[in-house]
Amino acid sequence: MADPREKRVLLEHAEDRSLRTLDGYRRLAGGYETLERAYKEMEQDEVLKELEDSGLRGRGGAGFAMGKKASFLPRGDMPKYLCCNADESEPGAFKDRELMQRNPHQLIEGIAIAALAADAGHAFIFIRGEYDEQADILDAAVAEAYEAGYLGTNILGCHRDLELVVHRGAGAYICGEETALLDALEGKRGNPRLKPPFPAVQGLYGGPTLINNVETLSNVPHIVRHGAEWFKGFGTEQSPGTKVVSISGGVKRPGNYEVELGIPTRELICELAGGPEDGHEIKAFFPGGSSSPVLKAEEGLDLPYSFEAMGEAGSMLGSGSIIVCDDRVSIPHLALRTARFYHHESCGKCVPCREGTNWTVKMLERMVRGEATPMDLDVVSSVQQNIIGHCLCVLGDSMAMPVGAMVRKFREEFEQVMEDPELVLDPHAVVRGAPETLGAST
Amino acid sequence: MSPVDGPGAFNPELPVDPAVREGRVPGRAEEEIPELHEVDCPPELQERIETLMGRYPDRRSASIPALWAVQDRYGWCTPEGIRQAAAVMRVTPAYLESVASFYDLLHTKPVGTHRIEVCTNISCWMRGGDRLLDAFEAAAAGDVESFYVTGFECLGACDIAPMASIDQRYYGPLEAAEAGVAIEQLRAGDDVLPEKALANRPLAGDTEPPTGRKYPYMEGNRPVDQERGGSDG
Repeated sequence: MADPREKRVLLEHAEDRSLRTLDGYRRLAGGYETLERAYKEMEQDEVLKELEDSGLRGRGGAGFAMGKKASFLPRGDMPKYLCCNADESEPGAFKDRELMQRNPHQLIEGIAIAALAADAGHAFIFIRGEYDEQADILDAAVAEAYEAGYLGTNILGCHRDLELVVHRGAGAYICGEETALLDALEGKRGNPRLKPPFPAVQGLYGGPTLINNVETLSNVPHIVRHGAEWFKGFGTEQSPGTKVVSISGGVKRPGNYEVELGIPTRELICELAGGPEDGHEIKAFFPGGSSSPVLKAEEGLDLPYSFEAMGEAGSMLGSGSIIVCDDRVSIPHLALRTARFYHHESCGKCVPCREGTNWTVKMLERMVRGEATPMDLDVVSSVQQNIIGHCLCVLGDSMAMPVGAMVRKFREEFEQVMEDPELVLDPHAVVRGAPETLGAST
Repeated sequence: MSPVDGPGAFNPELPVDPAVREGRVPGRAEEEIPELHEVDCPPELQERIETLMGRYPDRRSASIPALWAVQDRYGWCTPEGIRQAAAVMRVTPAYLESVASFYDLLHTKPVGTHRIEVCTNISCWMRGGDRLLDAFEAAAAGDVESFYVTGFECLGACDIAPMASIDQRYYGPLEAAEAGVAIEQLRAGDDVLPEKALANRPLAGDTEPPTGRKYPYMEGNRPVDQERGGSDG
């Protein structure tokens, strides 16, 4: 049984393994009834209006209103495309994996309805290559949907066509960036493009393209089924709806929890996820994946978990992935891990990101080896400032924001590690380590 | 194991979109594209790539799936395999190489039969991902033919940290000692750690409070590691 603090809409019946089959989806969740109604009874504008009125914000990270994005697509006879971004690669995020694994048909129905709103005839699910198991599940579900006539030509006799292709990536974080995703889908190296033109105007193969996250699209059938007002009944005014939150790191019960937006962050971390392990305290946490600036426990735990509250606190909700660091985690080492990830994943197209991530890693390595001087901390901070806003995409910013925040908020810890690297917390196995291993790492 | 020919369906009627900007068209140096008769492409590989190309409005979109197919056939993206795919796709081998070298899961050098990727990113690192990687490397040491072990950036399974992807399937949370078990199971051709497979895991909110062995890494409220008391440190 689910915890009463959870509010399951997207994950309803998810404990039932038969949900991933067409029969199970129809039986448990009234599957494809909404698609049938939308295709048979609704006009493009009606669907679009419902999505706009719902105030559904993109669940991939940026939090942009989904209905508004769909309305940006020009009208006309040119080929239009819909891409579902399932390239979930942000450290800390694993909600899309759960949604695709447990309820693939919900996503397919959402894509089909969103394609109606965007008037797209060709849809793609770009799934990261590592999610092979989930891609297999999607392949099977897509085959079932074709078989049942929910995809393909002349869907349900309504003279509308939709082709849906599951496209597997091959391991590159950058492909989660929407324009890099388009390049990868066109068969190129996944490099971001200059914006504008935005994908809504000129995207895949140069045509208007709507790109949405898995969770966003999974919400669509529910909104069209129950109406925008119903959806707005959950969450806060500016962050309506429920959110699947991935909680990981130093908590007892890491996992995905679906809650109404605006739930107290403390309740999420300390009650649903079980809180820090006994005898330990939360030191800081990333509220929205590794690219969100860290919040200290005392500044973040009492905030409501919503787009606006996290924004006001100088961080962001991002993809809704909380990584909890307890008092055993060494922040300088955490900064180094974070920076290494972005250094590895930088595609190399823009200089500030390519060089900035590289030098940040080198400087942080010097710090944890005890070879740095206090001035290096200011250099690190200034490098972060010189990355933010200076690249085609936000990959560099995604390193600069958390690393900058760590240096700013935990400066003493960096100074301490520079002075005596032997004294710091164990850089390995920080949470699970037995107490004896937490001293000097020798 | 890699892109199956889904029901996106072979459809030779799909037009190539004219809006593709000329400047972005790869493989324009026609003379460098190998001819099919020069490359000796196995018919099933050719057929597979042609099916994949038919799924997209533009055949070049099939480059990543085609490289997966090559990797499936040869174990890695061999230069000959890339030439064969290039001949089928009518792009230059250099173009496909540029794509293959960009992505972490496409190997442009020979790798072992079983591919083990151990996550060492933030959440797994906090829970002992580095030690798990060391354990896998130690257990597979000396057998590069069979095992390819590598640290990997976030695999998107922080809930089962520390975890590893073994032949594209997720397992976690893993004890360092289980690395050796997994390697032995792979050698024997058995199912790998069935109780640790992600596919068999319930939703986090559905599990009981951490008592008994519901959470494999917790005994009661204590992490299992505490019992061993840093014996592997």
